Amino acid sequence: MSKWKIITRGIIKENPTFVLVLGMCPTLGTTTSAINGMGMGLATTFVLMLSNYAISLLAGLIPSKIRIPAYVVVIAIFVTVVQLLMQAYVPALYQTLGLFIPLIVVNCIVLGRAEAFASKNKPVDSFFDGLGSGLGFTLSLTVLGIVRELLGSGSFFGLKLLSGDGILVFILAPGAFLVLGYLMVLFNKIKQA
Amino acid sequence: MAKESNFKNMVLTLFVICFCGSAVLGGAYLITQAPIASAQAEIINKALSGVLPVFDNNPSEEVYDMQIEGQTAKVYPALLNGAKAGIAVEVISTRGFGGPIQVLVGFFPDGTICNTALISHSETPGLGDKLDQRKSIFSLQFNGKNPKNFTLAVKKDGGQVDAITAATISSRAFCHAIDMAYKVFTEIDLQDGGQL
Amino acid sequence: MEYILIVISAVFVNNIVLNQFLGVCPFLGVSNKISTAVGMGAAVIFVMTLSTLFTYLLQRYILDPLQIGFMQTVTFILVIAALVQMVEIILKKTSPALYQALGIFLPLITTNCAVLGVSILVVTKELSFGGAPAMLNLPQALVYTASMAAGFGLALILFAGLREQMELVGIPKPFRGVPIALITAGILALAFMGFSGIV
Repeated sequence: MSKWKIITRGIIKENPTFVLVLGMCPTLGTTTSAINGMGMGLATTFVLMLSNYAISLLAGLIPSKIRIPAYVVVIAIFVTVVQLLMQAYVPALYQTLGLFIPLIVVNCIVLGRAEAFASKNKPVDSFFDGLGSGLGFTLSLTVLGIVRELLGSGSFFGLKLLSGDGILVFILAPGAFLVLGYLMVLFNKIKQA
Repeated sequence: MAKESNFKNMVLTLFVICFCGSAVLGGAYLITQAPIASAQAEIINKALSGVLPVFDNNPSEEVYDMQIEGQTAKVYPALLNGAKAGIAVEVISTRGFGGPIQVLVGFFPDGTICNTALISHSETPGLGDKLDQRKSIFSLQFNGKNPKNFTLAVKKDGGQVDAITAATISSRAFCHAIDMAYKVFTEIDLQDGGQL
Repeated sequence: MEYILIVISAVFVNNIVLNQFLGVCPFLGVSNKISTAVGMGAAVIFVMTLSTLFTYLLQRYILDPLQIGFMQTVTFILVIAALVQMVEIILKKTSPALYQALGIFLPLITTNCAVLGVSILVVTKELSFGGAPAMLNLPQALVYTASMAAGFGLALILFAGLREQMELVGIPKPFRGVPIALITAGILALAFMGFSGIV
């Protein structure tokens, strides 16, 4: 499969959020604004690329019975690296994303791609698969973040477009569920057409 | 494809992965230690410059603790040319609506409030989070006021503070925080023999 | 007295699924029937409380004193994975009936972000219940964790009840499945928002 096809498959056809319904927790928890959603998506993409590559390299050396714990440890290592890098170079984003950064470890997308693709394919292909799924995830998070920020705060990536407050509920917990639900309906309708 | 799943292989593999992983992490930690420390110092210093009058020392390095209402408050002394330029007090009020709020208050030497900053909170977005100066002008009304002759309570409670609409509890908590900070200030003032 | 506040706060005010967004995947995936929801809820309470016990001790007595806090993510997830594995093995031997009842839920709990999430929350969050904010001690941490898990179970069972009812209604095609579940969850979250400010 061509590298390009691998990447685009992760973005549309097998979009982790809207198609595979994976990684729901950070999707709902970090999309109070467009920039937060994007930041979370990019951090996850970073982990996805590296862990897919590493796991693909090591797949032949890991006994099958302990492959899941082994993958989890590898992923955890990369997540911690991302944690440290973010704390050092983007501390504001690190504070905002908070608990959800270490939770990348148990993000079903990362382990899912490792098990479904990286363990059975070549390292370079796995790297691009990680990139594709990560970009798909980032896209979904950013879209969700844009909608919630627009409706809830009246701003776009921090730029205030509407004076005064937006409809608060959209940047609170219920809003996350509602917006994601309706976005999925939209996605389904588009797929049907 | 994969190695045989006998006990020895499994333990060995996990051990090697953990060992190499720890090495990688230890290395990453050492490399990022300095940038992390400076990023955190930058956050504090930025907040301090925002609430204090002009100073030329390093208040974040001269910070000390004081006890107020059973809690620890942080005191940052500011100097200009060796003379006392002001004091910043960081307190935590537990009376926030969604949880404790952490407020940094900068005082002039005579007790007048220079500026305030909301460091952390769990207030409701769009309501209580208007305590944040970036979100509304609520906290600006304290600037230039001296708690000696300014009642730190919302108008509803007989004070002089204009509360945030629909966020009375958060507003009250903020007043309480400034009140705590002022108490710390007067205590220090007394200790210094009123030389501040 | 303060334990009651911890429980109310964890189950209702800061409900783990409807407010903190932890454990959403199993929440959406396992809640079609009330009976399975109860099973999952019970399993989560058990694993979560047990794993928090170990991760708390790990943090306090190994990570903090040695100042290797950055190893938190790796060590915590290892503890959780190992614990779930052990629980599975022990249950299989001692109570096959219970093991069968829990079925596939048990291994799924490892990747349940709620378990790792709560473990981390408990050692990093300073909580204030009428007094000064302070780190939780072990008994408080365990009560907090069990309450969080109970909150998960409550949300799960409520949701399963709602979904069982929805099976009987006609739902437009694009909404079927996950979308309507999310929208329902959103309305349930709205309802739970009514609890805020109680503690």
